[in-house]
Amino acid sequence: MTTALTLRNLQKTYANGFTALKGIDLDVEEGDFFALLGPNGAGKSTAIGIIASLVNKSAGKVEVFGHDLDTELAAAKGCLGLVPQEFNFNVFEPVVEIVVNQAGFYGIPREEATQRAEYYLKQLGLWEKRREMARSLSGGMKRRLMIARALVHRPRLLILDEPTAGVDIEIRRSMWEFMRRINAEGTTIILTTHYLEEAESLCRNIAIIDAGRIVENTSMRQLLNTLHVETFVLDLKTPQPCCPSIPGYTLRFLDEFTLEADISKECSINQLFTALSAQGIEVLSMRNKTNRLEQLFMHLVDSNVAQQVQAG
Amino acid sequence: MTPRQKYIAFKTILVREILRFTRIWIQTVLPPVITTALYFIIFGSLIGSQIGEMGGFRYMDYIVPGLIMMAVITNSYANVVSSFYGSKFQHNIEEMLVSPVPNYLIVSGFVAGGLARGITVGIAVTITSLFFSHLQIHNLWVAASVIMLTSVLFALAGLINGIYAKSFDDISIVPTFILTPLTYLGGIFYSIDMLPAVWQKVSLINPILYMVNAFRYGILGVSDISLWSSYAIILGFIAALFAFSLYLLNKGHGIRT
Repeated sequence: MTTALTLRNLQKTYANGFTALKGIDLDVEEGDFFALLGPNGAGKSTAIGIIASLVNKSAGKVEVFGHDLDTELAAAKGCLGLVPQEFNFNVFEPVVEIVVNQAGFYGIPREEATQRAEYYLKQLGLWEKRREMARSLSGGMKRRLMIARALVHRPRLLILDEPTAGVDIEIRRSMWEFMRRINAEGTTIILTTHYLEEAESLCRNIAIIDAGRIVENTSMRQLLNTLHVETFVLDLKTPQPCCPSIPGYTLRFLDEFTLEADISKECSINQLFTALSAQGIEVLSMRNKTNRLEQLFMHLVDSNVAQQVQAG
Repeated sequence: MTPRQKYIAFKTILVREILRFTRIWIQTVLPPVITTALYFIIFGSLIGSQIGEMGGFRYMDYIVPGLIMMAVITNSYANVVSSFYGSKFQHNIEEMLVSPVPNYLIVSGFVAGGLARGITVGIAVTITSLFFSHLQIHNLWVAASVIMLTSVLFALAGLINGIYAKSFDDISIVPTFILTPLTYLGGIFYSIDMLPAVWQKVSLINPILYMVNAFRYGILGVSDISLWSSYAIILGFIAALFAFSLYLLNKGHGIRT
């Protein structure tokens, strides 16, 4: 299988002396839906900026579908589409012109560019707004406009830097469907997001970056399997005066109608329910306290901080 | 990119630039026409009638080439500096930076946009001048080539200003404190023969003097400066500014961190 993106010892130190990337190695396979996660300031946007030629690297190597950024820049750029975190279009240009012009920068003839713009604007629900100035679009529409613009030259690798930030849940779900579809059609996608349920739902592989280093790089399934304990919130049918005691489970009393339970992988939820029923406690509903990936993410980032403190 | 793809990319930048300034023609094309008409009324009709002839021509006719040149210079410069800085400010310059369009085409596209606005304004001002003067063109090729080359030169200067600019103040400092004084002292309203010998020599440092006089030769057939030195100076500046702007873009100055 072809490698869509290769990073080797990628480093970046800014002019003010801040080192944003401390030597990153990463491979993303063709066709993957890949999550690149990390806290704010971890180095994700710097890495993406270098891949997209918006940031000069200090050292290291970047290849997009085998095209080295140092020696085959135009070929590498031709394979890449970018949806950046910040809005970066001329708000005084009509929507359709923004997309058609972007195709023009890739050398696509105007007639074909217009057809492609129509296709992607329709796919993303923006066709009715095509003649309006971009400044009149809502936040969600602006994000979708950037996706249409990034796709108009049909890139093999699409990088989405927080594409659903500030977008309402309905639009977000429709954007997920759209992303899944283009991934299924063959476009490799790298996604950064702060919505971890989004990454868990969409991505097959994941890298977590923190303080300029990759602290985890594995498949989503493997990562989630490393989660030993999950915390659930239980809504009770009848009020309880205090926290029940059940051997093998850690329970916390939140209020008379709500319990919190830590359940390790070795224990079963059925056993917990059976024990609660034996004490006359009926559970109405149950939910995860936090997203599973969020728990792992916090654990990995906290561990990295602890290691740095120890080392430093 | 193939040559055809490069041509499409260049045309895309150029058409976008033309649409940008024509969309706001009340701010871009109309003001120089009104300003130049005022110059004609005040300096040409009212004061000029008291001056008499200059270089063998009515004062009104003498200042026409300089006023056209001034409008072309300021508009070519303003178009590129505001467009490029605006692209930086809104970050939409990134649309080009992520694409495979080579930097020399980005420079050429913006400069061609500046040329388009410079020439559009130049034509509008020339038409305005016909209401006030008896415009006769002495040598069309000289007039057309000098005006276009000068427009390219100042579009390049505007691009470099745009690359360096970090705020909207930075895009008005050079036009206000350097470009306007040099233009006014570039022999638009007078012949340098009228100046004392020392100031005549000082005036020769001003590159705009060469452009105004070369254009005046094309229109009226008279010039304070040799035509060929004017061409040499204009082409020399164009080559130097093009190379410098390309160097800045290749380095990513002001556009890449």
